[in-house]
Formats: sequence, structure tokens, C-alpha cells
Amino acid sequence: MFWNAFIIALREIRRNLTRAFLTVLGVVIGVAAVITMVTLGNGATEAMKESISKMGNNLLTLRPGQGWGPSASPLFSRTDVESIRQQVPGIKHITPLSNTSVQAIYQEQARQTDVQGVYPEYFPIGNWTIATGRFFDISELNTGEPVAVIGETIRKELFNGEDPIGKRIRLLNTAVTVIGVTEVKGQAGWGDDLDDNIIIPITTLQSRLNGQMFKQNINQIMISTEDGYPTDGVMADIASLMRERRNLARTVQDNFSVTDSRQVAEVMSSSTKLMTSLLGAVAGFSLLVGGIGIMNIMLVSVTERTREIGIRMSIGARAREVMLQFLVEAVTLSCVGGLVGITLAYGLCYKFAPVIGAPFRFDPKINLIAVIFSAVIGVLFGFLPARRAAGLDPIEALRHE
Amino acid sequence: MEKTLIELNALTKTYGRGDAEFQALKGVDLTILKGEFVAVMGPSGSGKSTLMNLLGCLDTPTTGSYRFEGIAVETLNKDQRSLLRRHALGFIFQGFNLLARTSALENVELPLLYRGYTRSQRHEMAREALQRVGLGNKERNTPAELSGGQQQRVAIARAIVTNPGTLFADEPTGNLDSKTTLEIMELLCRLNDERNITVLMVTHEDEVAHYAKRIVHVRDGLIGSDVSNESRAVRGLQQNQTDR
Repeated sequence: MFWNAFIIALREIRRNLTRAFLTVLGVVIGVAAVITMVTLGNGATEAMKESISKMGNNLLTLRPGQGWGPSASPLFSRTDVESIRQQVPGIKHITPLSNTSVQAIYQEQARQTDVQGVYPEYFPIGNWTIATGRFFDISELNTGEPVAVIGETIRKELFNGEDPIGKRIRLLNTAVTVIGVTEVKGQAGWGDDLDDNIIIPITTLQSRLNGQMFKQNINQIMISTEDGYPTDGVMADIASLMRERRNLARTVQDNFSVTDSRQVAEVMSSSTKLMTSLLGAVAGFSLLVGGIGIMNIMLVSVTERTREIGIRMSIGARAREVMLQFLVEAVTLSCVGGLVGITLAYGLCYKFAPVIGAPFRFDPKINLIAVIFSAVIGVLFGFLPARRAAGLDPIEALRHE
Repeated sequence: MEKTLIELNALTKTYGRGDAEFQALKGVDLTILKGEFVAVMGPSGSGKSTLMNLLGCLDTPTTGSYRFEGIAVETLNKDQRSLLRRHALGFIFQGFNLLARTSALENVELPLLYRGYTRSQRHEMAREALQRVGLGNKERNTPAELSGGQQQRVAIARAIVTNPGTLFADEPTGNLDSKTTLEIMELLCRLNDERNITVLMVTHEDEVAHYAKRIVHVRDGLIGSDVSNESRAVRGLQQNQTDR
């Protein structure tokens, strides 16, 4: 009986393909929207997580002022760095970070880029690995050698295939020798190119580029903690040390802030997740509207096909068989719509994943959910028309024009 | 002795309620034997359509009894009546009632689908039925591609494909010209003569009714006259031959 209903339903669908197409259009768009949104959203979350792990693990960042953005609060000095290193327990690595945007020139090539002055400890803290050459070391830091480690983007832009090791780049009115190229990191979650930078000893930056040795011009201190020391405790220790060093009265707010990269990561990935579920929910509504569309057209088609139903009943179709036929029609249509929607969604994801910079991730779960959901929509919204069809009186139905 | 197929006893049918109440049938007694060819005649409003709907098990009587091959039809529910129609009855309508945009073969297959035959059985039986009505070469055509007479023959093929014992024909030639009418009536007579299928036909045309072996007139919800028309076979078939 079920198989028969299926054959009958398929024949009915085939008889009027235009109507079938219009019926499923809503479900196709709904399913495509849900899958595209969720797939791209998951990709974005994934990308966010990846780029945060690129920043380094167990990473604490000390910034001037509260919150993000520029502030009038005082910057930090290398003495701050050293006192934190000596007085706060549980610190593995610590580095100041002072950066400035300058034009880097090599022969005919020039590029405006970010020059970061740091300690050698910056490399383990930031999860940097070397592709060719080497990082600079403590002795080069102490003497303020004009050496630089460059990112892949700089290598490409300035050297264009040439081996950069040992070459001299001009930064403002000083020249630095390239000693290493870092491994490609790609983009950060917010779209920054992590390979578009030149890393030099902070002493070199301060003496040669800024000319302000030991002055308070460090705009960030990055710290990685030892395993086994809870980051909360380390953060509290740093905060109280800084308050002490700055003689802040009890009533005055901190004029600096310590953040934990994991917190940032959690906030960011939870916000992209929230965004994903919001977009998915909105798309889910369009799927619901698609289901209502199926019901609508099926209801119209019951009226339109009253005579057909009468014929079927007169030759011996039982009410339940007519009902099953209409239900199977609705479910078949919505499942086909679901499958077409999935195909469409993959087309869209394939096209748009690179645009939003998220990796393309196939998620079998969401596909299964979408197909099951469209089948459920078929049953749910096919039920009313099917019941109406089955309830028809054969004599009345045959008389219907 | 021929067997009784249908037996009606004091059958009534009332539509509506209260002031709008209308008694379409006022106590019909009728016995039809297997193999008969009965024409039911009567002016519109006489109750002949109601009678046919009841005989065709599409409707239930208000009172009275209806035995079809000994089955008390008035006690059957909707589904049971559907099954009775599926297994014992074939229907032919004035408006042909074929499924649009569907090939002749698939139209004829329709009752077989509900009877659960396999694909190859369905094809074979439907082809055979189409050949029997002389449309073996039209199985791929849809109703829109067929003439009225051909459509009615497809409908007849659909009605006989399940080998029913009884055929109900509701004004089968009402939409056809006189030449096609002859063809269709000849086909019905042949089915009645050769395969011993009982034919019950509603018509208001005397020429059509004269193909039947028995003519029942319905007037005001009662049987007005019930006459045998034994000369039918001879006269009807001779008439066809002279026409040719």
C-alpha cells in the first residue's frame, strides 16, 4: 500500500512539474539558507579559534587604559617588564611590545608595515616558528643590533623570490639586516595579515627608530604563564604590582588592563556562535515559510484535483489511500526540496566561504537535520490537505468541475 | 436459472433535513440478475442518478436494504464500499473522467495500482484491455490527444481491466456524436454478450436505451415501468450493420 502510494504520488508530481517546482521552491530556499548560514558560521567560528591559537596559549596581555582602543593612560616601560618578571610568580616568558608603522624599503621595493620591537621571548609567547634563518637572541637584544625577522608577506613584497637572509632593509633612516623569515600564520580572525610585520629587538626600535631609550613607550606587555599557575592569580598579582608601581590610590580605577587570550577567545567564539545560531534561526523561519508554502499549494491542489480524487475513489481507492497519496506527495516534494536545497547550499558555501575568509567545513549533522526537518515539514503541512482530500465525498467530487 | 446479482427492497433516500428535506427515492424494489443489460431512464429529478449512486455503492440508502451478491451494502462503511467497488464494479462516466496529462496506459492501470499488481502485470493487463477496446496503438497518448470516442473507450478499458462482474455506465454517450455513440454501445453490448458482464446504464436517450435488454423507468422516486427489451440484441446489432 505504501509503495503504491509512492508510485501514485510520483506520477502525480511528474504530471505537473511546474506546480511541483513552485511547491518546493520555498523549502529549497529555506534549506539552502539554513545550511549556508550554519556552515559558513561554523567555518567562521573555526577560523576564529584557529587564529586565536595562533596568538599563543596561556597568553596574558597588559595594555594601558581600560578596554580597547586608544587611551590617554600612560604606556609601560622596560622597568615595568623587569619588575613583573621578578616579582610575580608563575611567569614563563614576558616581552614588551612596542610597535610603529614605517615604510620598509629594499632596493626599488617599498611597503608600509608594522615594525614590532620585542624581546626574543616574543617568539615562544606568540607561537612563532622560523621558516628560514633564525630569531635574534638576548645578546643582540642587549646591544641593540640592527637585525630583523620578517613575515612572509614582507618577503614576498620586498624580495620577490630573492633570498632575503643577510639583505639590508631600510626603516626610516636606519638599516636592519634580515636574519630570519617566520612561518606563514595567515589571517587573524578579524582579517589582519599576521605575516605583514617586521620583528626587531625592542632596544633597536627604541634607540634607532624612536630614539627614546628606556622611555615609557611600550604599548603592550605580553606574558605567558607557567603551567600549574592559575591565570586568574597571575593576573591579580600583575594588577596589584602595577597599581603599586603607579601609586594608584585605593579609590582610583586601574589605568591599565590585563586580559587573558583565552577569555578573549571564548568571548569571540561565543559571539560568532551566537551569530551563527541567530542567522540559522532566521533561515529556519524561511524554512517554516517554505513549509507553509507547501501546505498552501497542496490545499489549492486538493480543490483543483477534486475530480481526480473522485475518480480514484469511484474506482475503489479508500480514504486512507487518498490521504496517504497526498501525504507521500507532500513528503516527497519537501524531501526533494531539501536535497536540492543542500546542493544549492554547497554551491553557495563554496562560493562565499573564501569571501568571508572562513574555511569550508562539511557538517553531516546539519544536512541530516535539514533533510529530516523538511520531511517533517512535509508530513506536518501535508496533513491538512491530505485529510481534506480523504474526507471528500466521491459523488460530490465527481460532480466537481 | 440465472443468479440474482442485485436485490433492492423498499429502498429510500432522503436528502437534507427539516423543511429542506427531499425524498429522492421513495421505496424502490428492484431485482437484477447476472448478465443483464439494464437501462435506467427517467427525466431529471426523477431520482435515477440517486438510484445509480446507490447501486454503484457510492452512497448509502436512508432506509431499505440493498443486497449485492448477497452482501448487505447498507451495512458497509465507506472503506468497505470502496473495496467492493475496487473488486466487483467498473465505472464509466459521461465526462469520461480520465486523469489529464496521463497516458492511456497509465489511466487504465489506475485501478490495478489500488489492487496491488506488479508493474509487469499492470502493463500486461492494461495493454490487453486497451486492445479489447480497439486502442492498442494509443497507449502512449494522453486524453487531450484522443477524440471523445477514444477517451470513452479508454475509460471503458479502465472499467473492465479488473474483470469486474458489473459495469455502471452513467450517460456513457452523453458527450458523443451519434456515430461514436453506436461504437460505444456496440462495445458495451459485446462486453455484455461475450463476457457476460452485467451492465447498468443511465440514459435519457431512447435510441441508447434500446441497446439494453431491459429498460427501467424511474418517476418521482419510484419505479414507473420495468419492461423487457428482448429484441435488443438482434435489432441493435442489425442496425449497426445497416449503418455501416
